[in-house]
Amino acid sequence: MKPAPFDYVRPDSLAEACKLLAGDDDARVIAGGQTLVPMLAMRLARPARLVDILRLPELAGIRKDSDSVVVGATTRQAQAERDPVIRASVPMLARVLPWVGHPPTRNRGTIGGSIANADPSAEIPLVAVTLGAEIVLATTAGPAAMPADEFFVGPMVTSINQGECVSAIRFPVWTHQRIGVGFFEVSARKSDFAFVAAAAQVALDEEERCLDVALGLGGVGDRPLRLDVSSLVGTRLDAKSAAQAVHAASVDLDAASDLHASASYRRRVATTLCLRALEQARADAAVRPALGAR
Amino acid sequence: MMVDLRINGTVRSAELEPRKTLLDALREDFLLNGTHAGCEHGVCGACTVLLDGEPVRSCLLFAVQADGYEITTIEGLAPAPGELSVIQDAFCETHGLQCGYCTPGMILAAHALLQQTVTPTREEIVEAISANICRCTGYGQIVEAVQFAADRLRIANTPRALLSPGGSK
Repeated sequence: MKPAPFDYVRPDSLAEACKLLAGDDDARVIAGGQTLVPMLAMRLARPARLVDILRLPELAGIRKDSDSVVVGATTRQAQAERDPVIRASVPMLARVLPWVGHPPTRNRGTIGGSIANADPSAEIPLVAVTLGAEIVLATTAGPAAMPADEFFVGPMVTSINQGECVSAIRFPVWTHQRIGVGFFEVSARKSDFAFVAAAAQVALDEEERCLDVALGLGGVGDRPLRLDVSSLVGTRLDAKSAAQAVHAASVDLDAASDLHASASYRRRVATTLCLRALEQARADAAVRPALGAR
Repeated sequence: MMVDLRINGTVRSAELEPRKTLLDALREDFLLNGTHAGCEHGVCGACTVLLDGEPVRSCLLFAVQADGYEITTIEGLAPAPGELSVIQDAFCETHGLQCGYCTPGMILAAHALLQQTVTPTREEIVEAISANICRCTGYGQIVEAVQFAADRLRIANTPRALLSPGGSK
């Protein structure tokens, strides 16, 4: 379990990092290393050069804009988990972070690293797709951005090109008064990869009618998916409407089959977890005050 | 490449290949064999060390990445040679170990927790050691050891006048 030899470079700027990556097909980015280092140890990955971006100041920090929260790529998962801005403005991310790995891996693992790794069952990509986040990239030509659902292509495959690097994730902030989130996953053990994960966020008006809803599934297909349940807007998210909307949205769901779970099991669990997540989100929103400061 | 690391309060230097993990550097180059090599791919937690007081897996970090951090290994916890820290002592008293392979990692994870709180709930203790695998104890006595250490630290840090008679609080 020893990695093959490689060169290690720690560039001083993001521009220099992109240049190093663009000029070398065998170069890979390392940040927290919580997925890459096991891959190196098992020699499933054998890059000739590692470009360490962890200490680049451009990639650090959590910033609130008018309608979004921008999370720097090298923000540690543990740091995001404790962050008051994320807790208040991107509650879905705060909710899922305790499910990402273990405390020691969250102390090193980064938000951007989980996005770039694009594991279909990972929680952070699920949140990005469900909320319609934007992935901000650093390229040799300058910054670029793309919606999360275009960024994720397949299992561990993204639309990122050699010479580019995830620099931040822009999570949209819902401005409604009453927002609630729900999250459930099924895995063999806590912190293991989810066979199925479902995340929901809803906004309610003062009479508990749904103003907006987002629902996403991880672990089912080859990447996280957002389900279209917009038919629930205007309803009270009652069990019957929710079941109809979830069934309609998941009717042609392409589920993966593997050693751990069959496709039909995944589809069945997906429907159940979607309904539970929606109900949890509704209940979470309903206990919030209808008026006054958020 | 030349690497300078701050380990248990002392700056140590070595000429290391970039592919050498912090775990291997600690054991082979700095002869700190208390950090145990288990799975070597981030699953078991035997290699846990503290970076700036936070538990991390030293097998998932290359030594060349570890400069600038305050690294604490199990050797750095005892107050003096031949002595034990309160947590180490609690593990002995409550039989929180059998073979001892996971113990340094468990103790460092517990140490990090008890730096944050000396009144941890059972859930907090379980979460704190959730990344460390023990194949002997069934975890019961490890949880008990951490609880026992927390009680002792709490009593030790409470002014005598505030302790109820018998010191049970």
